[in-house]
Amino acid sequence: MTTPRADRGRNPDRSPLNWLLLLPIAIPLIPPLFNADEPRLFGIPMFYWLQLAFIILGVTSTTLVYRATRRGR
Amino acid sequence: MKTTEIVIFTLLFLVVSGMGFLAARWRRPGDLATLDEWGLGGRSFGSWITWFLIGGDLYTAYTFVAVPALIFGAGAMGFYAVPYTVVVYPMVMLVLVRLWSVSHVHNLVTPADFVRVRFGSPTLALLVAITGIVATMPYIALQLVGIEAVLKTMGLTGDLPLIIAFAILAAYTYQSGLRAPALIAFVKDSLIYLVILVAIIYIPAKLGGWDAIFGSAKEKFDTAGTGGITLNANNQLQYVTLAFGSALALFLYPHSVTGILASRNRNVIKRNMSALPAYSLLLGLIALLGYMAIAAGVTPIGKDSNTIVPQLFDKVFPDWFAGVAFAAVGIGALVPAAIMSIAAANLFARNIYREYFNRNATAAQEATASKIASLAVKVGAVLCILLIDPQFSIDLQLIGGVIILQTLPSVGLGLYTRWFHRGGLIAGWAAGMAAGMLLLYNIANPATNHDHFGGSAFPLSQLGFDTKITVYAGFLALIVNLVVAVLGTFVARALKSADGPDGTRAEDYFADQGDPRVHELETTAPAS
Repeated sequence: MTTPRADRGRNPDRSPLNWLLLLPIAIPLIPPLFNADEPRLFGIPMFYWLQLAFIILGVTSTTLVYRATRRGR
Repeated sequence: MKTTEIVIFTLLFLVVSGMGFLAARWRRPGDLATLDEWGLGGRSFGSWITWFLIGGDLYTAYTFVAVPALIFGAGAMGFYAVPYTVVVYPMVMLVLVRLWSVSHVHNLVTPADFVRVRFGSPTLALLVAITGIVATMPYIALQLVGIEAVLKTMGLTGDLPLIIAFAILAAYTYQSGLRAPALIAFVKDSLIYLVILVAIIYIPAKLGGWDAIFGSAKEKFDTAGTGGITLNANNQLQYVTLAFGSALALFLYPHSVTGILASRNRNVIKRNMSALPAYSLLLGLIALLGYMAIAAGVTPIGKDSNTIVPQLFDKVFPDWFAGVAFAAVGIGALVPAAIMSIAAANLFARNIYREYFNRNATAAQEATASKIASLAVKVGAVLCILLIDPQFSIDLQLIGGVIILQTLPSVGLGLYTRWFHRGGLIAGWAAGMAAGMLLLYNIANPATNHDHFGGSAFPLSQLGFDTKITVYAGFLALIVNLVVAVLGTFVARALKSADGPDGTRAEDYFADQGDPRVHELETTAPAS
């Protein structure tokens, strides 16, 4: 597995999907989106379950970016 | 004394210690006496090991006791740990692969090594190294606070158990290097996942469900008049800046960089950025233990709110399972303590010993310097906890987060741009440090009887604003740092002050495993 010479100076991390990474960075930092008690889920206030749900957003974005830019093996 | 708990705790602790010593033979290297092998585990870890290693490294025992303790005391504010650890991975994903590549091309071990090559400034590298060591030391000491909280709950008082635990840790870290925490991390994390899964199902069922738990928490905060189960108008900015600032700081810590550089290739790092949030979920669930403690009517031992989680386990779990849970926390302290001491020791060996004391040090001499430094760091941490009030370490760790952020312009931004002048970066670092100290000094906390260094929430009213809003001090200090670094760069250019040479090339930041530019380590075990 040798990197072709043509790769020199080109950014192998570049992908339009990289913009997706902005979503899980920005959304968890906007309290008005999640700073509320209601609606509750299994008795857990929205403040907690929604912020835990943001983890899924993070995982999805990073997975898509990984798949778009990983190197073949 | 609680015999069952102590027996199970001791058994698990001994098993793990044995693993620590045997780790020297794991993925056996030809020669352990180099920093690449001792300090970075041969730079050969695949996705699984890296996941356990970095997870065990970042989500420490102290986190596991301190975050619920914060929720117990202040409510929603303590949940900042969740957005913090959600935001961090997408933020650093593309940055860390660049760091990995340039570090492999130039055989770099520490963040200060990178600054040395990139900006050609031994002074700036020394500042980054010292910042890293100073920020890490109290963090190691805090791992002891985690163990202590557990020992106290089991009725083991006195300093001896703590000293024994750390002596064993020091011995196997000395012998096996990064391989020891990497191997132990498997046990540590499996135990923690097990304990938390059980806790999150068993305890709410016992306490009458989540409604009841949040009900009693709300009642407590309403009665106390402070805190709450949601944020208020004044602490939202603090919540956001603390989460964001902590996320910026996390991968500037030398021990995080150690975990990253120990991985085999770029794919391993990228894949881990989507796998590590599993730990964030775990942390979020652990945080909720703070509310469960309120509902269960648990009280801390003395004034030490860090004993909340152990006390809760002790109260609700049968003895044998409480023993398992305590072992999880205790072992959970060993993994990060080992990695942190290795990272701090590498900084010393590379950026102080080699730079200033022995320019022609061989790989073996460098590794020996690092091994001895790792012992010194641990002795220092133990003394910190035993001789000085543990509160001092907690305050220091708070300061640590603020000061490590001040290396962001040279380490983080440096990975993308060489625009900054080394003089500007040094000026920015100094200004950021001064601003950070000044801000922290002016934060009082009546609850813990602190006039100064009482927390990280800086009230904007102190700057003359007519508001009750607070902001994370590290965030403000970083802004000062950046402004001064930019201005300093303009001034240095205007004065035609000599800039250091850049030892890296653009393509160095994209090199991957198998690339002819990447040094293959002769001693590296074949990839498994």
